[in-house]
Amino acid sequence: MPIVLIVAEQQPDGNLRKATLNAISAGKQLAEKAGGELHIALVGKDPAKVADELKGYGAKAVHLGAAAELEHYLAETYAPAIAALAQELKADYIGMASTAQGKDLLPRVAGRLRAAMATDVMAINGSGADITFTRPMWAGNVFADVKLTTPVKVLTLRATEFPAAAGGQGAAEVKTFSPKVEASKTKFVDFKEVKSARPELTEARVVISGGRGTKGDFKEIEGLADDLGAAVGASRAVCDAGWVPNDLQVGQTGKVVAPALYIAAGISGAIQHLAGMKSSKTIVAINKDPEAPIFQVADYGMVADLFKVLPELRAELAKLK
Amino acid sequence: MKILVTAKRVEDPESKIKVKPDGSGIVQEGLKYKINPFDEIGVEEGLRLVAKHQGEVVVVSIGGKEVQEQLRHALAMGAHRAVWVNHTGPVDQLGIAALLQKVVEKEQPDLVILGKQSIDDDQNQVGQYLAEFLGWGQATFASKVESMESEQEKNKVPAIVLTADKKSVQVIREVDNGLATVECQLPAVVTTDLRLNQPRYASLPGIMKAKSKPIEELTPAKLSVDVTPAIQVLKMSAPPARKAGIKVADVPALVEKLHNEAKVV
Ligand SMILES: Cc1cc2nc3c(=O)[nH]c(=O)nc-3n(C[C@@H](O)[C@H](O)[C@H](O)COP(=O)(O)OP(=O)(O)OC[C@H]3O[C@@H](n4cnc5c(N)ncnc54)[C@H](O)[C@@H]3O)c2cc1C
Ligand SMILES: Cc1cc2nc3c(=O)[nH]c(=O)nc-3n(C[C@H](O)[C@H](O)[C@H](O)COP(=O)(O)OP(=O)(O)OC[C@H]3O[C@@H](n4cnc5c(N)ncnc54)[C@H](O)[C@@H]3O)c2cc1C
Repeated sequence: MPIVLIVAEQQPDGNLRKATLNAISAGKQLAEKAGGELHIALVGKDPAKVADELKGYGAKAVHLGAAAELEHYLAETYAPAIAALAQELKADYIGMASTAQGKDLLPRVAGRLRAAMATDVMAINGSGADITFTRPMWAGNVFADVKLTTPVKVLTLRATEFPAAAGGQGAAEVKTFSPKVEASKTKFVDFKEVKSARPELTEARVVISGGRGTKGDFKEIEGLADDLGAAVGASRAVCDAGWVPNDLQVGQTGKVVAPALYIAAGISGAIQHLAGMKSSKTIVAINKDPEAPIFQVADYGMVADLFKVLPELRAELAKLK
Repeated sequence: MKILVTAKRVEDPESKIKVKPDGSGIVQEGLKYKINPFDEIGVEEGLRLVAKHQGEVVVVSIGGKEVQEQLRHALAMGAHRAVWVNHTGPVDQLGIAALLQKVVEKEQPDLVILGKQSIDDDQNQVGQYLAEFLGWGQATFASKVESMESEQEKNKVPAIVLTADKKSVQVIREVDNGLATVECQLPAVVTTDLRLNQPRYASLPGIMKAKSKPIEELTPAKLSVDVTPAIQVLKMSAPPARKAGIKVADVPALVEKLHNEAKVV
């Protein structure tokens, strides 16, 4: 019976990264289509912290591998641990959310197992042994259906395309194992966390993004975000200029978001930006230039100065409350 | 320091990509080609490192004879010499990494710099496969703290820092929720993110000089690598188009739509 192994991820605070839940539901879908069963793996210093949570998502088993050497995430130490577990379980598919860690780690696991890999999988098609994956290419201008022909197949899963798994689906068996630990030629030095009181960009229901048109003044964008409990995003131009932290970049080579509402202010709508927000449910664009390509994907466009519109918008929204 | 940098040929990021009606690929007519932008950042970083620590930048590309254009571009930026793995036809990431492994074993660089992803296939895999095949450390998504307007950037200071004993590099990585710093023993694999540096333009003398710089030709057969792909691209299609939206005249009209039509506020 095909085994689908989904690798869970803990945040620096030890809590489960939310995108893991989307990967779990993708894993479940894959297991159903392939006629197999879902397993979840987590390695680290203290995976037990989220054991109770992981139990409830309808997996056959949750495999926890704790080791002091795995305190700080490094692809070089996590890959042997995951690959050895996958071999022991005879996993056919290994998947993980398309987070920074997923993209760093899984190709290394795939390399170890000489497995072919598909990045940013958006859909799982077919059944039984005949499974294909849909993934974006050329900044999402092309969707490709690909087939992986190696015995073990590796995937990262795009969180915006699969619902978050719901808890309370029975209790999976929790198994502990001692992870394979190998010496590493890389060592962790430090992690500078960008702390924000706002919701996580990839998880927020509403995202307010600013572009070069803000000239670096994010006051009104942040104000509107706080009024709506929204996350703040940005275009590459803004991150390059150092106006906001890098990890707020939305796009082909940044974060992919799909909130209920995405407001783009002073963003032209380059294809690389669109690649990261085109699947948002409702898109609003505020731009001075009526020809800006962002209007081609916007449900509601306003040709206007963002410095005038944003304060007005905040006042008007306040009236709804 | 000897640094090996990859230079993949990709469609110009500004070009409009269209899928062929039969789904067998993209329409090639009218497309312009460039070095993958992340690889150009890799070449720049390599040049900054050897400017500071001496050494040589060797650039490698895999593809048909047209990839020599991208190799010449890197040579014009200042790379010292080039390796061309002559191969036409499909090859997947496993194949590319296996070829690069052989080139690395031949060249014995201290550092290999690749792009974090190609802007055509967007796979983000080759650097990690290569590091695993070689048993080397990896630092993906290399970035820096300083902005593109900083003094450090203006002075072309490398963001990858060689440690005092010259046996390791420190790399700042762009990850979720912040920046992680790792130290990799050399030799190591680094993949570039967008904000590692702003690549230089090739100067006219640089372009002239590049014409006489050597390009060594290799083939998968010479490197004894089987490049039969394990990934089959079965079909390509255009993504579903969003339905056309409307322009709203003023803020009250916008809020009315968001509240009553889209029901998102
Ligand atoms: C005609 C054609 C047919 C194809 N058929 C297939 C197929 O059947 N199956 C399949 O899986 N793929 C196929 N491909 C795509 C395949 O060739 C990928 O480009 C290749 O696997 C590299 O993957 P990537 O660019 O996504 O790697 P990524 O992991 O996104 O790239 C990371 C880095 O690897 C380096 N790199 C990647 N490719 C090269 C290169 N050629 N030379 C130098 N450095 C490189 C670059 O530095 C890049 O920044 C085909 C492409 C073409 C043009
Ligand atoms: C390899 C590669 C990867 C990339 N990855 C990404 C990515 O992941 N994400 C991304 O965003 N970009 C990415 N880019 C960059 C992308 O191509 C664009 O350059 C970038 O998105 C432009 O940012 P912008 O829209 O803020 O700036 P601009 O294109 O300069 O647009 C600014 C807009 O603001 C408008 N404006 C100015 N003043 C006002 C005002 N007062 N009120 C209202 N509107 C105003 C202007 O009309 C203009 O349309 C990438 C590029 C490459 C080559």
